[in-house]
Amino acid sequence: MTKVIIATGLLLVLGAVFGAILSFAAKVFAVEKDPKEEAILECLPGANCGGCGFPGCAGYAAAVAAGKADVNNCAAGGEGVAAQIAEIMGVAAGDSVKQVAVVHCTGCGIDHTKYNYEGVQDCLAASRLPGGGPLGCDYGCLGFGTCEKVCPFDAIHVVNGVAVVDEEKCKACSKCVDACPRHIIALEPYKTKKHVAIPCSSHAKGPVVTKVCANGCIACGICAKACPKEAITIEDFLAKIDYDKCIGCTICAQKCPRGLITVDGVVPEKKPVAPKPAAPVTPVAEEPKTEEPAKVEEAKAAEETKASKGE
Amino acid sequence: MDFQKLIEIALGAILINNFIVSQFLGICPFMGVSKSTDTASGMGLAVTFVMGIASAVCWPINHYILEPQNLVFMQTIVFILVIASLVQFIEMFLQKSMPSLYSALGVFLPLITTNCAVLGVVLQNTQQSYSFIESVVYGVTGGLGFLLVIYLFAAIREKLEFAETPKAFEGFPIALVAAGLIALCFGGFSGLSIFG
Repeated sequence: MTKVIIATGLLLVLGAVFGAILSFAAKVFAVEKDPKEEAILECLPGANCGGCGFPGCAGYAAAVAAGKADVNNCAAGGEGVAAQIAEIMGVAAGDSVKQVAVVHCTGCGIDHTKYNYEGVQDCLAASRLPGGGPLGCDYGCLGFGTCEKVCPFDAIHVVNGVAVVDEEKCKACSKCVDACPRHIIALEPYKTKKHVAIPCSSHAKGPVVTKVCANGCIACGICAKACPKEAITIEDFLAKIDYDKCIGCTICAQKCPRGLITVDGVVPEKKPVAPKPAAPVTPVAEEPKTEEPAKVEEAKAAEETKASKGE
Repeated sequence: MDFQKLIEIALGAILINNFIVSQFLGICPFMGVSKSTDTASGMGLAVTFVMGIASAVCWPINHYILEPQNLVFMQTIVFILVIASLVQFIEMFLQKSMPSLYSALGVFLPLITTNCAVLGVVLQNTQQSYSFIESVVYGVTGGLGFLLVIYLFAAIREKLEFAETPKAFEGFPIALVAAGLIALCFGGFSGLSIFG
């Protein structure tokens, strides 16, 4: 009987001692959590996408509460969340420029393959093979949808062999940017004025590009010369747009001999000055290309109907 | 100090009597936190850390409190109490004084509060009547063995993602098969005597 009492007493004493140590430690080692931090965390979407550059929503909330991050870094939450956080922190939200992921490839070279690939349907696996994968172009989209798998917002899909971003769904979390083994996806400002894009990543020289792709950039430099603001530069056989300088005049898109440069996602019809518009390119191009003039027409038709309704 | 015995204990804990694959302790984190090598190494380090400290703390409690009172039969319940409060204490301590270590191990610490590998190591320390140093060495190396196996297993699971497994075996079942094969490999170490 005494043994039972001793055992019970011992456990009670041990429990009390440890309890006392823990409650003491809780006070000594208490980390002061900012109540703002929890309030901010409540506002955030909680997808832990990491698009803000911090480890998860909790990390971002801590950084904002500590004043180390801006209130408008949450791309997934958008302006609504930014406004809520700004209210908690008592500062002005400022304008967060919406960004979207852009795939720098038109997929017009998917018919030009080096060999038949029957391996794992994954871009990373394919890109490790000799020649950097089955695609003829060493820089283009492999189209196995690794970006599609990592996208937490169902915003990127492989359509006709090339990844296409749904700009409405895209939250610019940059998961696909990191996942793409060919590094052809980048974040760009979302349709400011007229959004001009050069959807090509090929650093190959002109003749190589013409062999494997219907409209890849051949680094002819016509767009760079045509640009009134010097926003386009040719770096390593590829034209690049500096969006800080671009004013959306779309002259480059008019001049591009390859019909590559797009305005708001479509290749603009060339002005009648050029004898033959984008026509010589389109028959060679893939389906998405041939659809594009139709899209333009549709858009125009839509605009017309809107206008007529307005009247 | 008998170094030969310490080496024997260390190699025994890492390879021959590995906690996961030959004693089947700590299977839940082994299966649960082994989807990527990053989290697996974090978990392994946390287990090593806690096992070493738990061995160090439980030894004096067993030696100076339980044994003199003839209460060794109470050790399981006492050790659970000790380990649970210890892990809680370590978590608070790390959060305050070593935030970088806390951010690396923090998420895993609550998971191993009453981990059977941690409880197993302190119970075995008393069963083998190890000295204080031997207990700590057994705890730390046992944790290192855990780290080794969980890391290997996570690396295999990362590759398994790309394997063409039959539909019925996809995911967890094939991971269990792989775990069995690892256990079989480590079975090769059993019966190995290090010093004569």
